[in-house]
Amino acid sequence: MYGKKVKLRALFISLLLVSVILSIFLVLKSLEENVIYFQSPTEIRNLSEIDNKKIRIGGMVKDHSILINPDKITFVITDFKNEINVSYSGAVPNLFEEGKGVVAEGFLKDRNFFIADKILAKHDENYMPPEVKEALEGK
Amino acid sequence: MLFSQLGYYSLIFALIFSVILIPTVHRDLKIVNNVINPNILTVVFLQLFLVLLSFICLVISFINSDFSNETVYNHSHTTKPLFYKISGTWGNHEGSLLLCLLILILFIFIFLLTSKKEPKKYRIFTLLFQQIIIIGFFLFLLITSNPFNYLFPIPTEGLGLNPILQDPALAIHPPILYLGYIGSSIIFSSSLAAITQNYVNNKWAKNLKNWVIVSWFFLTIGIMLGSIWAYYELGWGGFWFWDPVENISLMPWLCLTALIHSIIVLEKRSLLASWTLILSITSFTLSMCGTFLVRSGILNSVHTFANDPKRGIFILIFLFVLILIALFIFFVLYKPKKEQQKNFLFSKETSILLNNCFMMYFLSVVLVGTVYPIFLEVIADEKISVGPPFYTKLLIPFLIPFLILMTIGPNTKWIKDNFNFINVRLILLFIISILLSYLILREIGLRGLFSTVLIGSALYLFFITVMDFFVKNQINLSQKISHFGFSLLVLSIILNGIFSSEIITNIKVGEKYDFKRGSIYFEKINNFEKQNYISIVGTFRIYDDNGKEIYLKPELRIFNQPKMITSEADIKTSFYSDKFLVMNLVKGNDFYNIKYQTKPFMIWIWLSTIILASGGLVNFFYKKIK
Repeated sequence: MYGKKVKLRALFISLLLVSVILSIFLVLKSLEENVIYFQSPTEIRNLSEIDNKKIRIGGMVKDHSILINPDKITFVITDFKNEINVSYSGAVPNLFEEGKGVVAEGFLKDRNFFIADKILAKHDENYMPPEVKEALEGK
Repeated sequence: MLFSQLGYYSLIFALIFSVILIPTVHRDLKIVNNVINPNILTVVFLQLFLVLLSFICLVISFINSDFSNETVYNHSHTTKPLFYKISGTWGNHEGSLLLCLLILILFIFIFLLTSKKEPKKYRIFTLLFQQIIIIGFFLFLLITSNPFNYLFPIPTEGLGLNPILQDPALAIHPPILYLGYIGSSIIFSSSLAAITQNYVNNKWAKNLKNWVIVSWFFLTIGIMLGSIWAYYELGWGGFWFWDPVENISLMPWLCLTALIHSIIVLEKRSLLASWTLILSITSFTLSMCGTFLVRSGILNSVHTFANDPKRGIFILIFLFVLILIALFIFFVLYKPKKEQQKNFLFSKETSILLNNCFMMYFLSVVLVGTVYPIFLEVIADEKISVGPPFYTKLLIPFLIPFLILMTIGPNTKWIKDNFNFINVRLILLFIISILLSYLILREIGLRGLFSTVLIGSALYLFFITVMDFFVKNQINLSQKISHFGFSLLVLSIILNGIFSSEIITNIKVGEKYDFKRGSIYFEKINNFEKQNYISIVGTFRIYDDNGKEIYLKPELRIFNQPKMITSEADIKTSFYSDKFLVMNLVKGNDFYNIKYQTKPFMIWIWLSTIILASGGLVNFFYKKIK
């Protein structure tokens, strides 16, 4: 009925279409799995249930809360309303300090306890992660 | 003082030259001949000279620490070493824009000089479109970010350059990267000019290819330098982190890589013309979007300079104007020629088209991962980030067909190839590669079909490209070198990923830390006074798994202005692997936080990137030799 050329072109276009749809589906699905939400200590306090997804917590490192031993560092993140204990064993950025902003990435154990596997580096003395800034301004 | 004034006024005069150019060009367009009015060249040359003068003035202001200049005040300091005073010129927003402007004009000047055989109107229109971009940059510079703002009273001391930027790799990283980014502006302008002149043909493609390769080369090297810097200066201890700013440089790179391939099809077979145009326009748009996202402070990252919303809006408007012009020209003025040539399923064209499909897929993944968080924040006010697993999961599986295609594609013929699937040599080599990869993996106790096939196909490409070097007929030498470099790059990245190990611990001076296969002994700490920082050097004695003793001396630098600590990793590089040790200080504690990493084949990642990039250069030199 149709010429060979038309058939070939139709085949090509449909193949392209299928692969485009497939890749969009793949990208979206993978995105859903790998998105990390950002939360403040107050938001965590108000959580109805704790799931085991990776999250980020931002706030200030509470004064006199950093404790170090050979395996781990523990400290408290506060947004001046609520606090959360963080336990971390990994490399710390240079500007990790008491009374300074911090963003920790990891998993919640319960509402008061967070196990971090990454602390995000700041590269500037005056720079504050926008998340922290907002969390602090919202207080 | 004097130099700031001189710099400022030469910028304004250079802008006036842009305006003068328009009537001159208009007059010249009416004259039917094939030589551009020499006055036009003179005007562009004068413009180049003035902007260069302005740039030199800024450099001199930095060298003299002239704090009456606001930019110098914000980013320099008298105790800074001379080298970083100079590199500080482009280590900030205003200076880097001035450098961009300089490169924009330099490139169009070079374009005019090297395109004498091209049709006159096409050259003039390229100049016109480039001047639109140049005027945009001029206005942006003069209105929102003048590098020569005057400060009174004159401060006695500057605020200093961010210490993490005080590094040799980062001193040359921005100029090289800009050469890549801005190189794509010529591709953009000349594509638009070619559309208006109905000059989208193989001759055009042949000449434009050089520009594509030049900007691709610089972009590759620029990205690599940034990556090396992040490796040792930020203490991240790796080569790629899917940081938004890294992604933003990767996107135009992927687009340019696709363009290099599609433009060859246009050159040799007069096919894929529209697609090539779309890629040319997209490459530049992506470069500009990168500038917008980084400069406006939407993406917070290492590169975020002082944010000013006004700047963001300006770039956004500018970007929209450029995109609108491009879309208008593409959809309204472009008259595609009917592509009469026959296509067959098995040909070089098809394999290049497939390559482009893969590139576009890689590009979309990176784009989605980078833009989605911004999008969600604006739409739903939710803050998220996308982690590295997103990229690795989506990109790595597709590397397998991509690698195999890279081996088969270049060996197919144009137009029609009776590709023989029962080619003994190819099949045998593939089996050997898979077997070898299986053996390697078994040796280290890892198994899995996926990794076997992945390493196998990388090895396959490696062998095929090596064999191709010994084929007498050395056409496409640059393609062979680049593909060889790519196979080496993929191999080293995979092996690096598999064999890397790291140990993180908190340790006091004089203590020893034992780990599974060795130990780290923190011997001592020394302080040194340097020109603008205090250096704290720790000495660590490390016993490795094979009982070898090595000393690593990571350093902390406490800068005076601005007050900031940076850590310099100590890296022992060898042929097979890097030993990497970085030390961090937690204030008010005796403990030092250390990270010790074994990173195999690190040097091969840098080397193979250089090989990959040099494939582009060979293209120029090889022609000359012939």
